[in-house]
Amino acid sequence: MSTFLEKVKSLEPPKEKRFLHTLYDGFFTFLYTPDHTTHGKGVHIRDRMDLKRTMVMVVIALQLCYVFGTYNIGHQHFVALGQHTAFMAAIHLKLAYGLIQILPIFVVTHVVGLGIEFYYAAKKGHGIEEGFLVTGALIPLIMPPDIPLWVLSLAVAFAVILGKEAFGGTGMNVVNIALLARVFVFFAYPTTISGDQCWVAGLEYAGGKATGELYGWSHHVFDGLFNGLGWATFGEGGRAVADAFTGATPLGLASQGWEKVTAVYSPMQMFWGTIPGSIGETSKPLVIMGGLILLATGIASWRIMLSGLLGTAFMAIVFNWWGFDAFMNVPWYYHFYMGSFWFAIIFMATDPVTASSTNTGKWIFGFFIGILGIIIRVMNPAYPEGWMLAILFMNVFAPLIDHYVVEANMNRRKKHLAAVKN
Amino acid sequence: MRQGFTRLHLIISFLFIQQLVQAQTPTGSGANSFTMMLLAIVVLIAFFIIIRVSDNLVRIEAGKNGVDSENEGLSSFPGVADIFKKKSPLYAKGKYVALTQGHNILLEGQATGPIEAAYVNTFAVQPPNFRGMSPIPKVEVEVGDTVKAGDHLFFDKKNPDVKYVSPVSGEVIAVNRGERRSIANIVVLADKAQQYRQLPTINPDTCSREELVSFLLDTGGWTLLRQRPFDVVASATEVPDNIFISTFDTAPLAPDFNHIMAGREAAFQRGLDILGKLTRGNVWLGLDANGENPPSTVYTAAKGVQKCWFSGKHPAGNVGVQIHHIAPITTKTTVWTLGVQDVATLGALFTEQRFNTERVVALTGAELKQPKYVRTYIGANIGELLGNNLTNNHVRILSGDVLSGSKTSKTDFLNYFDDQITVVEEGDFHEMFGWLLPDLSTPSVSKALPVTLFADTVFKANTNLHGEKRAFVVTGQYEKLLPMDIYPQHLMKAILTNDYEKMEGLGIHELIEEDVALCEFACTSKQPLQEILRNGLDMVHEQG
Repeated sequence: MSTFLEKVKSLEPPKEKRFLHTLYDGFFTFLYTPDHTTHGKGVHIRDRMDLKRTMVMVVIALQLCYVFGTYNIGHQHFVALGQHTAFMAAIHLKLAYGLIQILPIFVVTHVVGLGIEFYYAAKKGHGIEEGFLVTGALIPLIMPPDIPLWVLSLAVAFAVILGKEAFGGTGMNVVNIALLARVFVFFAYPTTISGDQCWVAGLEYAGGKATGELYGWSHHVFDGLFNGLGWATFGEGGRAVADAFTGATPLGLASQGWEKVTAVYSPMQMFWGTIPGSIGETSKPLVIMGGLILLATGIASWRIMLSGLLGTAFMAIVFNWWGFDAFMNVPWYYHFYMGSFWFAIIFMATDPVTASSTNTGKWIFGFFIGILGIIIRVMNPAYPEGWMLAILFMNVFAPLIDHYVVEANMNRRKKHLAAVKN
Repeated sequence: MRQGFTRLHLIISFLFIQQLVQAQTPTGSGANSFTMMLLAIVVLIAFFIIIRVSDNLVRIEAGKNGVDSENEGLSSFPGVADIFKKKSPLYAKGKYVALTQGHNILLEGQATGPIEAAYVNTFAVQPPNFRGMSPIPKVEVEVGDTVKAGDHLFFDKKNPDVKYVSPVSGEVIAVNRGERRSIANIVVLADKAQQYRQLPTINPDTCSREELVSFLLDTGGWTLLRQRPFDVVASATEVPDNIFISTFDTAPLAPDFNHIMAGREAAFQRGLDILGKLTRGNVWLGLDANGENPPSTVYTAAKGVQKCWFSGKHPAGNVGVQIHHIAPITTKTTVWTLGVQDVATLGALFTEQRFNTERVVALTGAELKQPKYVRTYIGANIGELLGNNLTNNHVRILSGDVLSGSKTSKTDFLNYFDDQITVVEEGDFHEMFGWLLPDLSTPSVSKALPVTLFADTVFKANTNLHGEKRAFVVTGQYEKLLPMDIYPQHLMKAILTNDYEKMEGLGIHELIEEDVALCEFACTSKQPLQEILRNGLDMVHEQG
């Protein structure tokens, strides 16, 4: 083992070649933990926990969403075309189709994001920080499956440069980087991420009528393989969609009332996530399992999750009571079945850098995310999902919340001082 | 309160209406039973709230009418805090504080067994041990002089009344200098039989406070006192509001104070009496309520002092944490702190009429052949203390514990206030995928590592950083490890940005390095919290 270490060390480029050296350092610290020791002026032993492990825990918690998301891209595609409509039918085709969609998204996100990260690390002369590990794992999961790759790369570059590097790198950003990438797409290229036509991959819309795309070379490569095995194949594509297909997500339908939603999707479908949506957020049980990993390992704040849950329930109940329009009358507990509440509150709101840093602040932060998210979801006719905007909004307010919490602590001390003096 | 009650009532009735309306609409039997269940829960909560609120009103009324003079709370129910509060052990009578935050780091190499005599020839007093003193003190002896235990060695030119004295009798063999001609230490080669300086006679029971103070200043007793805030040499012109002594140490591998003080009751009690005369307030003992058995009667039977019991994990034994829960330090208060052996030395000035700097020191750490207790004097040479007890030479030797001790070597000397030497392995090696594998051999407070499932795991730690330094990312981590009403991360950021007002507001006066040491250990971003805190303390101290 030590000879391998020496071999790796012999590859180290000279320090003058800064970019190469940073690159080497990034990969070396991935392979080996550094031999740095405590400097002797503070503690002499250190906890095993470091930022790399923290970040990797989140990435691990996201893996279930990746597996399901990949499969669901394919599943939704074939359901729309009226082929293989049973969930377990033609597993190989759905997986292959999902992989063909998600791999470019994943690769582009990382090439662009990590490239920028490496460049800035080399420029500033510090090691590569692991912040992008989580951001890079989150971004593909919150994008629609058909996102144009050039839009995606623009969004990632925008988020990483303006959202993070401009503020000083990992730990310094004000708003959640992954959500910033998404909100960039949302405002700059709204048709790629809103409406009813973007949530199922591989459909072409012409004159209000959708047809399946013509499959490309990558599908044909798989077809060759599947043919050999005697399995079902993609074929040439270009089929018309099934008659019942709408492409709308539950939230898109919910403004017309809960009956309209259940006419298309059953609550169980929404719960298990076999519905159109962003890639990784649809399956509630798997997202919640990821959340349980984060809670069990103590990585994410249970305070934010719980208060977010309470805030959402509270606001939904208020709307039920108000009952002004059909959306408000959707039973409050069904708000947890639709949309990406779970993914947002578990993976997005709990980002420690952009959330409130005080425990009291976390309760307020999460609660208001819940309230704002439901308000946007129910009252905004243009875009029926609120978590992205709610979290970004509260990210901006988190320092203010902390300021008042810390101020309260300072006042307690002042009061005590006054009591001592008397 | 009454207003709040009405508001609550409104909210509750609003909830009822909401649920009733839903129950009446035919939405299917599944939703119906769900609604009924919810309704039942809401009713229960409503009853609970009504009872609690009215109970609170009774308590407030009782408080106003002066019925509840002892502030016990005349509630008919146990408070939420009372239910979840850890019960104090039977022996802990009186004031009791249960601390929930903290963590015990269990390491291999705990000192055990009887106290052995140590054969040490050289001893030293190190001016850098006394914080707040100028780096170049006035040395009153020369190399070659013979001194008795208690003879003056040097004094601080800024503060010439405080005399620093020799812990042993013998010949001064070196005055070593450190950076920029500062005095690093004054080394004394000890006599075989100790001789003590004849002390002036004084009757502490009848003399005035001034006489007592000048006696202590002259005889070296004063050097045992440490003043907070800032943890500096006690000021002779100030009268402390209180004096605090922690009678247990929860740091990793810390010596057992019950064991090391056995047989020194008289000197300890005398020391407490003397301290009682020096403060305008009380002398407080922080007692250990963690064990199944009560601590030594040296502490529990001490007279003329206030006692407070503490249970909880490290840093519950830190005197700073105890002060926070007894009478927090503010910008306007001054308190003194001492170690238990310092109290005995102080008392021995009167019971034995000599400056007896006897110290029991715990030699600890996994890299020792035999961890043990030894009896020596203040400032003993570390190499001589360790002898051939080391298993190998790739180690770091610390005066103090692994969290807040200082790095030394075999040629160095035990720090003035330390009663422990720890030897840990140097961790200057690479580990393949060390950031990913579920390592079972390194201590951690994080639940992300499986080791925390086994609370009793004893570790063999090393000095590896286990990661790289990063900006503050994780939040809420320090608060779990510091049982004080303080926001450590915000305080650190205030120090880094030189925000004096915030530093004071967030309670920098209440802390010294050892209190944040556990937070530094656990810090995911590997930030040097103790160093940052000391910079902040120095800045605030200079500002005055």
